[in-house]
Amino acid sequence: MNIIFIILNSLIDILLVVVPLFLIVAYTTYSERKIIGFMQSRMGPTRVGPYGMLQPIADIIKLLTKEIIIPSNANKGLFLTAPIIMLVPSLLVWSVIPLSEYFVIANINAGLLFILALTSLSVYGVILAGWASNSKYAFLGSMRSAAQIIAYEIAMGFALVGVLMAAGSLNLQEIIISQKGGIIHWYWIPLFPLFIIYLISGIAETNRAPFDVSEGESEIVAGFHVEYSGITFAMFFLAEYMNLILISILVSIMFFGGWLSPFESTFLEHYFNWIPGFIWLSIKTLFFIFLFLWLRATLPRYRYDQIMRLGWKVFLPITLVWIFLEGFMIYYKIQPWFSV
Amino acid sequence: MKEFKNFTMNFGPQHPAAHGVLRLVLQMDGEVIKDADPHIGLLHRATEKLAESKPYNQSIGYMDRLDYVSMMCNEHAYVLAIEKLLNIDIPDRAKYIRVMFDEITRILNHLLWLGAHALDIGAMSVFLYSFREREDLMDSYEAVSGTRMHATYYRPGGVFRDLPESMPKYEKSIIKNKDELKDLNYNREGTLLDFLEDFVSRFPECINEYENLLTDNRIWKQRTVGIGVVNPERALELGFTGPMLRGSGIPWDLRKKQPYEVYNKLKFDIPIGKTGDSYDRYLVRIEELRQSNKIIKQCIDWLKNNPGPIMINDAKVATPNRENMKEDMESLIHHFKIFTEGYCIPEGETYTAIEAPKGEFGIYLISDGANKPYRLKIRAPGFPHLSALNEMCKNHMLSDVVTIIGTQDIVFGEIDR
Repeated sequence: MNIIFIILNSLIDILLVVVPLFLIVAYTTYSERKIIGFMQSRMGPTRVGPYGMLQPIADIIKLLTKEIIIPSNANKGLFLTAPIIMLVPSLLVWSVIPLSEYFVIANINAGLLFILALTSLSVYGVILAGWASNSKYAFLGSMRSAAQIIAYEIAMGFALVGVLMAAGSLNLQEIIISQKGGIIHWYWIPLFPLFIIYLISGIAETNRAPFDVSEGESEIVAGFHVEYSGITFAMFFLAEYMNLILISILVSIMFFGGWLSPFESTFLEHYFNWIPGFIWLSIKTLFFIFLFLWLRATLPRYRYDQIMRLGWKVFLPITLVWIFLEGFMIYYKIQPWFSV
Repeated sequence: MKEFKNFTMNFGPQHPAAHGVLRLVLQMDGEVIKDADPHIGLLHRATEKLAESKPYNQSIGYMDRLDYVSMMCNEHAYVLAIEKLLNIDIPDRAKYIRVMFDEITRILNHLLWLGAHALDIGAMSVFLYSFREREDLMDSYEAVSGTRMHATYYRPGGVFRDLPESMPKYEKSIIKNKDELKDLNYNREGTLLDFLEDFVSRFPECINEYENLLTDNRIWKQRTVGIGVVNPERALELGFTGPMLRGSGIPWDLRKKQPYEVYNKLKFDIPIGKTGDSYDRYLVRIEELRQSNKIIKQCIDWLKNNPGPIMINDAKVATPNRENMKEDMESLIHHFKIFTEGYCIPEGETYTAIEAPKGEFGIYLISDGANKPYRLKIRAPGFPHLSALNEMCKNHMLSDVVTIIGTQDIVFGEIDR
């Protein structure tokens, strides 16, 4: 009985995360189109429902009912597996994300490592998709993506090492708790370069502008997913947006105190006590999502080799140097971050 | 040893960055271009041959459709060639109107170029901003000619009709209430010239907006500086004209060097580049936007103070007054004859070129004395530019091909003709 109860309990937990997550993804696409629309002095979707609010629903129905076209020379098995490989890790990662001080599906000690491992896995989806399509554009896209993700994974990993050193734990809840004490206690101040690098690597990792070389609309059409249609395409799309939200939430957890209130230990603290941690986390996350959309509307696309250069020659050295400096900061117990 | 082969890739004709129907066969070593072979002819409409089978004045509309983003400039070259063979001089007001619309066309073209180029390199917003401004200019096209693109506004002997006294206004609809209408129509209360004056006064600020997004942007610079470099000597050898030539540092502009219409009475400068790379060409075109704006301003001032005829008073070439046609049988017959048979042009040949937004747009016209051209050859500026694509692309990367196609400002309407 007990085991059934535990399984049931975690199933409910999973549904509590996954169902809203899909809705959020759907409405992230909507808000992306609206926000970029307003930035570009146009309206965005207006036709389906009031203010175009039902547009994502219409899109989902369209994508679900469309035919999946498999190119004649494609490797059918891999072609269909690739979107799944892409989607599953980006869903799995959510199991260790602490959404509030009480709610996390699996509060495991190796949370950070788990995330790093799973987000790296999605590159297989990209490579397989590009390779199995048997199309030149898709092939180029996946080659670019593979090189890019490897380059940025390293910088990203080092940025995480910085957080790990500061918090002394791989458990995400503990990372948040170690930042307790208001906005100046969060890690974005002592780890500022790492924060910027993690943010930029995150954009690169999710293949979004200005690092969208693997899709590169104007160069290689749609890159690795050029041959995909219908629901298989929708899975890439879902994965991309889920990763976008994930990166935003990870940045808020690791550098901006997750569900902690920014007004802790200031005179404002008790005015804002009633706001639950989940709301703080959402606000921070939404800000970073907005930042991603904003970048997309503003910046031109990097060239493939320039991205490589940025990753290897700029980010990697900076992270290494900063980790070194951080070691000193920890050793000399620089207040208020490294008191323990 | 295993033999390695280059990767052959078909870039276009169905490709978001192919600017129409460019088909490019690329030989690639990884991402590096070893050879780029542009294929043309997918938009061939035999304009030159068609023109041989029609009276002179019926081909004006075809000229619009050559370079379909600089419509009136194409008309201008054709109409100017006919006028040269007929040896007629048109009224000053018509000249100013033509120059003004040439410059409007230049802005239209450069805005589209800027938007498309930025979009190719990945900056989406500039495209939509530049289309916002294009909309106003398109409206002024519509106000004078009735169409937004293929105007057929220039006619041998002048222009089709005088500038309108009122601008069309936005009308009420379910999504536009009164206040919104007022905002939309604020600059449409007066004449076309008032409307354009308003545009001219706010356009420099718009250019600053585009420049804000691009000029000092690191990514933009990384993507354009040193890409597709053509040195001045090579640019001349390749037959470059327009911003492509000026970007390489040669101050050649037909508006200055062989002034036609009233360009010698107007004040403007010719911007030139230094290194001949894509970034310089971008800067040259941005500056041309500002210069064109200045020219339009001068034309508006002149046109406001100098009313007058816009068509020569020569019944052989000019169409009869519309009002007369309703009452006067001879006028009606005349109108019918002019539009069905046209007029004969004395024997002779001419090469007439104007400075189109993309470069030197020339018309080589041979007349054997009939009412149709014996031969019409169109010198499209895009053609020599495209011919140099291979040279410019070599050893660049795939992403740079997109930049180079963009910087050449290729439009297939004129290349394929």
